[in-house]
Amino acid sequence: MTQPVLSVRDLRVEFVTRRGVLKAIDGVSFDIAPGEVLGVVGESGAGKSVTGSAVIGLIDPPGRIAGGEVWLSEQRIDNLSPEEMRRIRGKRIGMIFQDPLTSLNPLYRVGEQLVETIQTHTDLSAAAARRRAIELLTEVGIPAPERRIDGYPHEFSGGMRQRVVIALALCAEPELIIADEPTTALDVSVQAQIISLLQRLGREHGTAIMLVTHDMGVIAETADRVAVMYAGRIAEIGPVQDVVQNPLHPYARGLMGAIPTLAQDASRLVQIPGSMPRLSAIPPGCPFNPRCPHAWDRCRIDRPEPIQHGAHKVACHLYDLNDPTAEAHKVLTHPPAEEGVPA
Amino acid sequence: MSPPASAAPYVTVRDLRRVFDVSKPWLNRMLEGGEKQFLTAVDDISFEIARGETFALVGESGSGKSTVARMVVGLLPPTAGEVTITGISMSSAAASAERQRMRRRIQMIFQDPYASLNPRWRVDRIVAEPIRAFDLIKEERAIVARVGELLTLVGLHPDDGKKYPHEFSGGQRQRIAIARALASNAEFIVCDEPTSALDVSVQAQILNLMRDLQDRLGLTYLFISHNLAVVRHMATRIGVMYLGRIVEISGGHELFAAPKHPYTRMLLDAVPDLGMTGKQRVPVQGEIPNPIDPPSGCTFNPRCPYANDRCRRETPPLNEGVACHAVHERRIDIPRAA
Repeated sequence: MTQPVLSVRDLRVEFVTRRGVLKAIDGVSFDIAPGEVLGVVGESGAGKSVTGSAVIGLIDPPGRIAGGEVWLSEQRIDNLSPEEMRRIRGKRIGMIFQDPLTSLNPLYRVGEQLVETIQTHTDLSAAAARRRAIELLTEVGIPAPERRIDGYPHEFSGGMRQRVVIALALCAEPELIIADEPTTALDVSVQAQIISLLQRLGREHGTAIMLVTHDMGVIAETADRVAVMYAGRIAEIGPVQDVVQNPLHPYARGLMGAIPTLAQDASRLVQIPGSMPRLSAIPPGCPFNPRCPHAWDRCRIDRPEPIQHGAHKVACHLYDLNDPTAEAHKVLTHPPAEEGVPA
Repeated sequence: MSPPASAAPYVTVRDLRRVFDVSKPWLNRMLEGGEKQFLTAVDDISFEIARGETFALVGESGSGKSTVARMVVGLLPPTAGEVTITGISMSSAAASAERQRMRRRIQMIFQDPYASLNPRWRVDRIVAEPIRAFDLIKEERAIVARVGELLTLVGLHPDDGKKYPHEFSGGQRQRIAIARALASNAEFIVCDEPTSALDVSVQAQILNLMRDLQDRLGLTYLFISHNLAVVRHMATRIGVMYLGRIVEISGGHELFAAPKHPYTRMLLDAVPDLGMTGKQRVPVQGEIPNPIDPPSGCTFNPRCPYANDRCRRETPPLNEGVACHAVHERRIDIPRAA
């Protein structure tokens, strides 16, 4: 296997609050290979954005990285000084956030922001940097870039702004791009354009992409592998087609069934009872056990570690081959009481 | 495709139009020059909703779907056109007494359950508000019982009424909003993006709840959403909006099996979907134009692969459920429903 661009090992992120220490990320490990798109999905509060922020060292106090390692190619980056980290950010790791308007300075022309970023990370002259900026705008599909480069962010539509942000992220040809909900603020027709743009850039430049989103549809179409997060942990990680079509973890299964799709006709959606636990009240054992239709005694005490199962890695005792009782619990004996309208 | 001819439609919307004045302030116009500017958010829209059905309006942002919803419930007066519910006009002065009685039958569920519930009221007071406002139940003890019943109906506990909204999650809050909508025995509920602020597993709970309630109480829904998959799951009939107009209107199944209008086809093709892993697709070109200065003729013509001179000149009427010259002239194939 080739050297992964990003390697996260047993990452832990905590927030120290008056009410105690909240574990936002609790033992997350994954790799991203060159040119690979890793989708990170989960519902709000699952810790997907915090994972992204931790990788680029943007966890603000009271948050802190409490353990684990983050490796970018061959360099460990979680213990760098803020100054060293600042040089890596933007140069070796590019970032794309949800709202393009907050990523761009409204007072500067788009070109000035691009040129500034390019000159910060390379030793190109101003004129060469401007030529490079025009190239980048062309590459992300902005029509008439020679003219648009002198426009202000407000003169661009939402989709065009997100393209500018992608161009900014590409300025220094980073090895890794972290895209946090890059299409959530956009309309579907524009969203599709941005997705195919990200895919193409990943392929052509060999850039690894960590795509954080709550939208399974986006992941299904864009990612090579997907990590499903729940309560600060990875419940399941594997090739996207396998995870979407044949999810193993009960949470992943519920999640896939809960999403209405265009492909099938309207019928009742799968319903996971309850909601994600608050960080202050993560249940012991498997964090999903109170909502899980398969949970048995062991799940309430013993925390499941990721187990290799085919191409997937799944953190669930059901797939523990050393537990002779696990197989029996795969059969649903006690479906959860359905929330909603009582019969 | 159209509601059964025997029954009169529950809601009839005729030539509804809404124009917003988006001019700069008078002083700026005087000093800097510039004309008054108008934005036609909704442009001659007509549709009917039969009793007990779910009619959905889908479209991208700026297509005018929320403006239609607000006009239907009477939060916004139309510039022209009329909304009639069970034969009672919601705008003419003549029927004001009847309209007042009709009002309690209509309720709305909003997108953001964090903004639509008063944070300083306890849940039981929020849910009881329509009962008190319409003076439906006089006795205080009966109101308490009814609120408990409503909370149970939406899957909460009667004791939850003693809590404040901030003690609930987003999905639970949306349940409270639904309980409030049902408090006045509403039969017609306008839902403006009811689940787009929710996580998918919670969204599934709310969508299932809404369908169960519809089956049990015979509710009629006007469902506004930008999410085609959700609409497909919920709607019996669907209107697709683009820049203030309905470009296609058809039965839920039919729209997805055999979309006619080029915009509908484009939209269906663009949606990232779980069923699409590994598929490559042709990305859509362009974006919604500025509604202040929409293109002439068919507003979709700059993005449409089938546009010709007529499309740039004439606005296509909604005929046979689709507003497109190319379809009317049989210039493009109409896919047959499977």
